[in-house]
Amino acid sequence: MNNLTVSLSPHIHSRNSITREMWNVIIALIPALAVAIWTFGLPALAVIAVCLATCVLCEWLIVRFLFHRPSTIADGSAIITGLLLAFNLPASIPLWMAAVGSVVAIAIAKMSFGGLGRNIWNPALTGRVFLLISFPAAMTTWPEGVASGVAHISGASAHANSGATLLTTLNAHPGMDLDSVNILNLLTGNMNGSLGEVGSLAIIIGLIYLLATKTIKWQIPVSILASAAFFSFIFGGNPLLDLLAGGLMLGAVFMATDYVTSPMTAKGQIIYGILIGMITIIIRRFGSYPEGVSFAILLMNSFVPLINRYCRPRVFGERRAAK
Amino acid sequence: MSVITVSILILGITGIIAAVVLYIVAKKFHVYENPDIARIEEILPGANCGACGFSGCHAFAKACAEAKSLEDLQCPGAGQEGMEQIAAIRGLTAGTLTRRVAIVGCNGACAYRHEATHYDGVRSCAIEAGYYGGETPCVYGCLGCGDCVSVCPHDAIAMDDETHLPVVDFSKCVGCGKCADACPHNVIEIATLSDEHPLVYVACRNKDKGGIAIKECDVSCIGCGKCKRACPVDNAVTVSEFLAHIDPALCIGCEKCVEECPRHSIHSLTV
Amino acid sequence: MKTFRIGGIHPAPDKITAGKLIVAVAPSGQLRILLSQSIGAPAKPVVKAGDTVLPGMMIAEAGGFVSAPVHSPCAGTVAKIEKIRNTKGLWQEAIIINVDEQADQNVPERPRTPEEIEALTADRLIGIISDAGIVGLGGATFPTRVKLSVPEGKKAEYIIINGAECEPYLTCDDAIMRIHATEIIRGAELLKRASGAEHIIVGIEANKPEAIDAMRQAAAQYAGVDVVKLKMKYPQGSEKQLIDSLTGRRVPPGKLPIDVGCIVDNVATAFAVYEAVYLGKPLTHRVLTVTGPEVADAGNFLVPFGLSLASIIDRAGGLPDDTGKVIAGGPMMGQAVADLDAPNAKGTSGILIIPAKMSERKPTGPCIRCAKCVDACCMGLEPYLLMTLAQNALWEEAKKHSAMSCLECGSCSFICPADRPILDFIKLAKSRIKAMK
Repeated sequence: MNNLTVSLSPHIHSRNSITREMWNVIIALIPALAVAIWTFGLPALAVIAVCLATCVLCEWLIVRFLFHRPSTIADGSAIITGLLLAFNLPASIPLWMAAVGSVVAIAIAKMSFGGLGRNIWNPALTGRVFLLISFPAAMTTWPEGVASGVAHISGASAHANSGATLLTTLNAHPGMDLDSVNILNLLTGNMNGSLGEVGSLAIIIGLIYLLATKTIKWQIPVSILASAAFFSFIFGGNPLLDLLAGGLMLGAVFMATDYVTSPMTAKGQIIYGILIGMITIIIRRFGSYPEGVSFAILLMNSFVPLINRYCRPRVFGERRAAK
Repeated sequence: MSVITVSILILGITGIIAAVVLYIVAKKFHVYENPDIARIEEILPGANCGACGFSGCHAFAKACAEAKSLEDLQCPGAGQEGMEQIAAIRGLTAGTLTRRVAIVGCNGACAYRHEATHYDGVRSCAIEAGYYGGETPCVYGCLGCGDCVSVCPHDAIAMDDETHLPVVDFSKCVGCGKCADACPHNVIEIATLSDEHPLVYVACRNKDKGGIAIKECDVSCIGCGKCKRACPVDNAVTVSEFLAHIDPALCIGCEKCVEECPRHSIHSLTV
Repeated sequence: MKTFRIGGIHPAPDKITAGKLIVAVAPSGQLRILLSQSIGAPAKPVVKAGDTVLPGMMIAEAGGFVSAPVHSPCAGTVAKIEKIRNTKGLWQEAIIINVDEQADQNVPERPRTPEEIEALTADRLIGIISDAGIVGLGGATFPTRVKLSVPEGKKAEYIIINGAECEPYLTCDDAIMRIHATEIIRGAELLKRASGAEHIIVGIEANKPEAIDAMRQAAAQYAGVDVVKLKMKYPQGSEKQLIDSLTGRRVPPGKLPIDVGCIVDNVATAFAVYEAVYLGKPLTHRVLTVTGPEVADAGNFLVPFGLSLASIIDRAGGLPDDTGKVIAGGPMMGQAVADLDAPNAKGTSGILIIPAKMSERKPTGPCIRCAKCVDACCMGLEPYLLMTLAQNALWEEAKKHSAMSCLECGSCSFICPADRPILDFIKLAKSRIKAMK
């Protein structure tokens, strides 16, 4: 008989693993991926392929030659970053820009902090914002001819066909008539925008999968969406439009829920979500950018350590007054 | 006025205001520090190991800068040479450095001490010792996870791949005692080296009865007392709890006990 | 269904031996009875080498207030009193008895009549329980006498009988409840009288329907006894969580159940109390589960204290070829055994044998801050943070973050997707914080 193995308790482990959690997220992204390719065709596929390849390669190179550690590709986190970054880009973006964004996302936003689990800001969003600030024109030019959903808006068809998203149009024409917007088109991806944000229904399917597999909890997505709808209503917008048109769904379900850059406790997560929703709507209404989700999430990422500090779980049996 | 002039003016004025504020703050909150402290600190190794008995290199530098005599102040990291330099700064004479090193009081290499269990927890002696006595039947010896290695500020201790015991690099060790504090089985101790004779020490911690100790490890002290009988000095070697102890104050370094020990558990060291 | 309010996990129950009867194991060969079988001071031997002992005879007396006497489970002669290795391989004092295999090994019964029992005062009851060497048999081995001695100014309202048995694999409490339900309820009634409590609540996890039925039937004859079905969630059987589940009260940090008017005793403890008072039998045996995926004859056994784990495992078909780890207790809180020659003791509720493949820990990954440990912690702590603090030797900080409230239930390490040894480090922090005082 071999020597008995000795270790401290517990002696059994759940089947959880980082790889499992990450692949759950990847699976949840598949419906949105399908919608993106269906809506934008081959250019979308090219952007996704470039982002994925660059992110994975970049992570492999850094881990192998800078950290001298075993490869971390298999945990799937670089794949998620690549997919999410691609989802945040227009299909018409030059491919080299997508590659640059991927390098920024992995090398600067993730690996420079020490790799998975240590970054402060969501890597994919950092990459996206880097591109948005560096190449504003390319990042806000949308492919033409796909936006049948936008074309249905009365009086805005000219803008739509020249490749504008609904939110861009709305930002430029605050008073425009929204009654004719076809919500069904917004849900099914029949509109213009970044790759991943067009199919709200697909994102909702992903959300249901993530909740069912307990990969994420409801607090962050629900609080973001509820808060965005509330503030949209307060500031005189159309809550449904704010939720469905643009990157809010994508951000709320896949970006803000990133484990590493979101708060730990349920209470903290709700505060985080409410503030993201609020900032998003403020940027959309009062800022010059038509879209505010990325900035809102990155901004709140910075506050996560603070939120963690003030939203401690309450120790069992401790009285509230004892604090 | 052109835009350029306005920009230059605004930036210039901002710069001047900032400079003035910084100057006032620096003056107002200036703290005088003896310049000797900084000069002495440069000589010190900066490892904050605590071998000097102070909380860190800065505290020691401060003590040196303020002391009336340097006789009792020693930094083994800076060495005799460093202390002479400090003495020169202060215009005093340096004391003679007592040379201390860490010695490993367990000789139970893998070949001598067989594993009875396999520890699969965190590679930390502290955690392993918190649970049980270690992978081998001897519950007193080195656990082999290298807590001593990770705490050493001078990079002077390393685990031997073959024996799984720590090995001290005496050219780097200054005897600060961090490893001795980190060792949960108190295997490592700090010993004072003598110029006249080798350091003789018991490389075993096993307190089990001879019969049991013999089974647990091939080089365990069984408390047979041969060392005590061989020793020419009264009470320099004592045996209690089936384990020999050598009183470093009385030991004359004759190494008779080293030769006599049937278990090879008494070692001598010349650095 | 009732349950506790924060945290908890859902490990697979793996109750392989559910529904098995209790098989009695006779003492044989040599019994090595540890003197330290309860929390607190070790017992002091009252026999010496060469003495003849009889079953049920006291061989060591309590060594202090928090201590319990030890009785011989067999007839035989004391060989010696010496240090032996316990399950962790550490040396501990024990009384070695050579069993006289010809003699009658049954512990003699000295039954009390119902009238006698009726006449017993609370103090007398506590005295009997104390003299019988009864300690908490759930695994914590806290002397029951100490729990029952309600301090001045406090009042016990509830006697909570713990039949949750939330540890995977273990079924010994289930077996006792199915087979000795009436005795447990009688024992609980005695505990109620001894402590002056008003109600009895029995909490049983929902995966033991037979035990729940049996206990409900037995309880029907008594007023003020509730048998409550509890949701399956680990650690349902932890004292503080059980009180929360059953009464909604929460024991404040650093306080005891009695501070919220509760006394929690395991079903096996209640059964031992019944045997001590009704039958005059001290605690010399206990029911334990020998189980594991590869064990041939896994089952519940009534075992005398002092038998080596190896000989108990032999009764269950022997040690399987594929043995990686042997655990004394359950898989969540039990202790890995370093030496199979070590004897069983009052706290050994099970012997779990797991195959080599299951016993190695997986490599540790980086913390991805998923907060699963925070959600799983039933004490409302931040395990990931405590681990980081312990890794950096920040003991004061760890204390501020309530490290001492940790139950060591293991939910955090269990749930961690990165397989981080969170509890290992929290245990280290706890021992360092204790040493600081």
